[in-house]
Amino acid sequence: MIDWPLLSTVTFLPLIGVLVLLFMKDEGETSRRNVYYVSLMVTAFTFVFSLFVWIGFDNANPGFQMVEKMDWLGSGISYHMGVDGISMLFVILTTFLMPLCIIASKHSIKNRFRDYMIAFLILETLMIGVFCALDIVLFYVFFEAGLIPMFIIIGVWGGQRRVYASFKFFLYTLLGSVLMLLAIMAMYWQAGTTDITKLLEYDFPVSMQTWLWLAFFASFAVKMPMWPVHTWLPDAHVEAPTAGSVILAGVLLKLGGYGLIRFSLAMFPVASADFAPYVFALSAIAIVYTSLVAMMQTDIKKLIAYSSVAHMGYVTMGIFAANAQGVQGAIFQMLSHGLISGALFLCVGVIYDRMHTREISAYGGLVNNMPNYAVAFMLFTMANVGLPGTSGFVGEFMVLIGVFQVSTWTAMFATLGVILSAAYALWLYRRVVFGALEKENLKALLDLSGREKTILYPLIALVIFFGVYPMPVFDATAASVDALVTQYSAAIEAAQNIAMSAK
Amino acid sequence: MTTEILMESLHLSLPEIMLAVGAMVLLMIGAYGGRSTLNAINGLSVALLIIAGLVLIFVVGQGEAFNGAYLSDPFAKFMKVLALIGSAVALMMSIGHSRFEKNPFFEFPILILLATVGMMLMISANDMIALYLGLELQSLALYVVAAIKRDDDKSTEAGLKYFVLGALSSGILLYGASLIYGYTGHTGFDEIASALTGGKPELGLIFGLVFLLAGIAFKISAVPFHMWTPDVYEGAPTPVTAFLAAAPKVAAMAVFIRLVIEAFQTVTHEWQQIVVFIAIASMVLGAFAAIGQSNIKRLMAYSSIGHMGYALVGLAAGTQSGVSGIVLYMLIYMVMTLGTFACILAMRTKDDGNLENINDLAGLAKSNPFMAVILTIFMFSLAGIPPLAGFWGKYFVFVAAIEAELYALAIIGVLASVVGAYYYLRIIKIMWFDEVKHEFAPVAGELRLVYSLAGLFVLGYVIIGGPIGTAAEVAARTFF
Repeated sequence: MIDWPLLSTVTFLPLIGVLVLLFMKDEGETSRRNVYYVSLMVTAFTFVFSLFVWIGFDNANPGFQMVEKMDWLGSGISYHMGVDGISMLFVILTTFLMPLCIIASKHSIKNRFRDYMIAFLILETLMIGVFCALDIVLFYVFFEAGLIPMFIIIGVWGGQRRVYASFKFFLYTLLGSVLMLLAIMAMYWQAGTTDITKLLEYDFPVSMQTWLWLAFFASFAVKMPMWPVHTWLPDAHVEAPTAGSVILAGVLLKLGGYGLIRFSLAMFPVASADFAPYVFALSAIAIVYTSLVAMMQTDIKKLIAYSSVAHMGYVTMGIFAANAQGVQGAIFQMLSHGLISGALFLCVGVIYDRMHTREISAYGGLVNNMPNYAVAFMLFTMANVGLPGTSGFVGEFMVLIGVFQVSTWTAMFATLGVILSAAYALWLYRRVVFGALEKENLKALLDLSGREKTILYPLIALVIFFGVYPMPVFDATAASVDALVTQYSAAIEAAQNIAMSAK
Repeated sequence: MTTEILMESLHLSLPEIMLAVGAMVLLMIGAYGGRSTLNAINGLSVALLIIAGLVLIFVVGQGEAFNGAYLSDPFAKFMKVLALIGSAVALMMSIGHSRFEKNPFFEFPILILLATVGMMLMISANDMIALYLGLELQSLALYVVAAIKRDDDKSTEAGLKYFVLGALSSGILLYGASLIYGYTGHTGFDEIASALTGGKPELGLIFGLVFLLAGIAFKISAVPFHMWTPDVYEGAPTPVTAFLAAAPKVAAMAVFIRLVIEAFQTVTHEWQQIVVFIAIASMVLGAFAAIGQSNIKRLMAYSSIGHMGYALVGLAAGTQSGVSGIVLYMLIYMVMTLGTFACILAMRTKDDGNLENINDLAGLAKSNPFMAVILTIFMFSLAGIPPLAGFWGKYFVFVAAIEAELYALAIIGVLASVVGAYYYLRIIKIMWFDEVKHEFAPVAGELRLVYSLAGLFVLGYVIIGGPIGTAAEVAARTFF
């Protein structure tokens, strides 16, 4: 069992599901049900396998574990997989959200059900691959290839302006990524390897770090997304089908944050330190500005999309605070936001499936006939606000502690964002759920079905569990983050010494 | 002694001789046998190409022939195999296509064979005169095939345009070659290279070099010598376009590589700026000009202009990794192009014949999901999205450019590729997001075979890429 390539199994298991689906028919109720169960089984198995990754994970080891390495394509590129404390939980997050997405899509996707499932399974493979890749070219391949299924998902099963949204999503992210590709090539040329483990140890010249950092930042800032390059996200979210939004907010945005930790911070420490004030400024603007924008939205999904941008602002500032609290908080915030924003989009999906509108003004008073829904939605709203006792609080609090040590002003503006997030989230909740049930067409709405409960209740449990007892996450990430932060400080110190001796 | 050398030379050029003699024999059969021999000629032509390929791979050795005018080395072999595959596949597709025509010409396969002989001579040429002979043999055959539908206005127009501009470019090339001969006193590549060592090259030689490269840039349709491409691609019958877009590009690129790397190695700085310029111009023009196109053949013409630009990025680097990058790029480009043209040829309805507007693809994902998936793969691959083959082609040429510190070229190149992605995405959008417009006629077997195999290659490159990359490296090592 020791040599069993667990990570590859988890990564490529969904592709086996794709192969099976390719030979299934797409017409009629029966085949639709078969397609559904096959996809559900495959994603569930993937999740179970991924749990073995967590079980077999050694919390005390800061390095990469379960490493697999093979020669691939010559020219120094290798197929190299492995996880450490920073990436491991993202794998679990991905595999966990996937079955929920499949269940959520059961009825809402009317046409080409099989193709939809194929696109999702391919997407799952690519997302897991990004987090496991230990070769920078392999990372790029997974990172970029994810655009293909997402483009198709938004474009084929999206809403009215899906074509515009899908093109904007694709071209925006591609533009960011190609610059990163050149940076990757330059790193290969400089260091002579594409192996991430070796690149992490390599000391890039300071002048080069600046350019490499900028190129990587161009890609990850778009992916995160950071203000002012966030404009693709609200469009993509609004037009994507529910499950697409869940994956977009839950996992795809995290690729950016993961990349910033793994590459920008770890490989270009000096440049990161130089640019940190700018990142802080951008993050603070993002938090305050997008929170204000969110408040004024009339479309529920757009509101949540802007709130995602605001929450990602905490992540970027936490990462570039570059201390243990900041980075751990950022990782935790990403994981918790993955659960919460995913859950919120699922909540929107619940009422969208019934009413086929996302206008806030079309709703009101749902608490009267959908009590279970009201409770679930309230919990996730509170978690989004960052109420103590939910996982949203832990992440934001850690980040704020971390940032406060580095830049008090940034922390102050970020805290302002917490208040604003309470304003828009609670206002949204009031308008949709509270009030009198006056609109005729709302009166006939049914409360959560059994299927919807199976999606939302596990998420509620996790959000509260990690809010009360976040240790499982911190235990897993601590060793790797400490190693990262130590290496970072050492590099900064070394750079300063050189600068001093030059004077 | 002389006979021995002659035999040796003949042995090295056996595939070309077989093809040339075979073409002549088939011409006789066609001329005297009449209409009934058409199928036999078609079949024999394909067989001849395949046999020539096998002979090339398994029988022919390495060495110089005809007093150094002809070279058989790993690079030549690799590129010739590509050219043969390109010709054979295009020929196969057009034979299938000819069943829809009222009176197909038996000359067509023979002309393709002759063009292929020309290409192989070009690839092996190690001397200006040999190069020119090969180039002309290929070009003359191509002018005729472009105009093969002699009753069709567009086809004749395409042929005429191609001929006039092509003849002009051949003239320019010849003029350049004569200038170079004048200033170095040699026509052989090796001799030119040794004549150029030491000292700053004279102005006249630079002129010669510019003329020479202009002539070749015309053949690979690089900007600013690209004007003929969209018109000829659109006007020529689609199977001919498929042929024009694949094998001749490979041959012309091979000539380009051998010329600058072998003969002008010592004046790298002089030609490098020219190559950088035409690479940038081709990438940018290819990306922007294709946006407005609605005819898929014109669109593919601009796309191929852009792709030649990307391939030249590797040449601009002028290093071994650059050359192996282009070799690989040409292979991948050829496969993608042939596959895409197989899909374009499959765009037929029973009543209207072949369709060429990109909007005719609307809803293909519903009417023919398999072909839609394959064409989507080609489009993403042409756009350079990983993990498809097109990405790896771009990756290796750009790595070479970064190694040579051509940062501006690399940055402009990748940005152009984002612009280019737009029009490939548009085709995907039409296939997947729009409603069905036409019910296409059932796709012919050979087209299905071609696009399935090409799709498999593009998709599976991540698995089979290792040995292919090694072969490209071996080919590139010839020069270094």
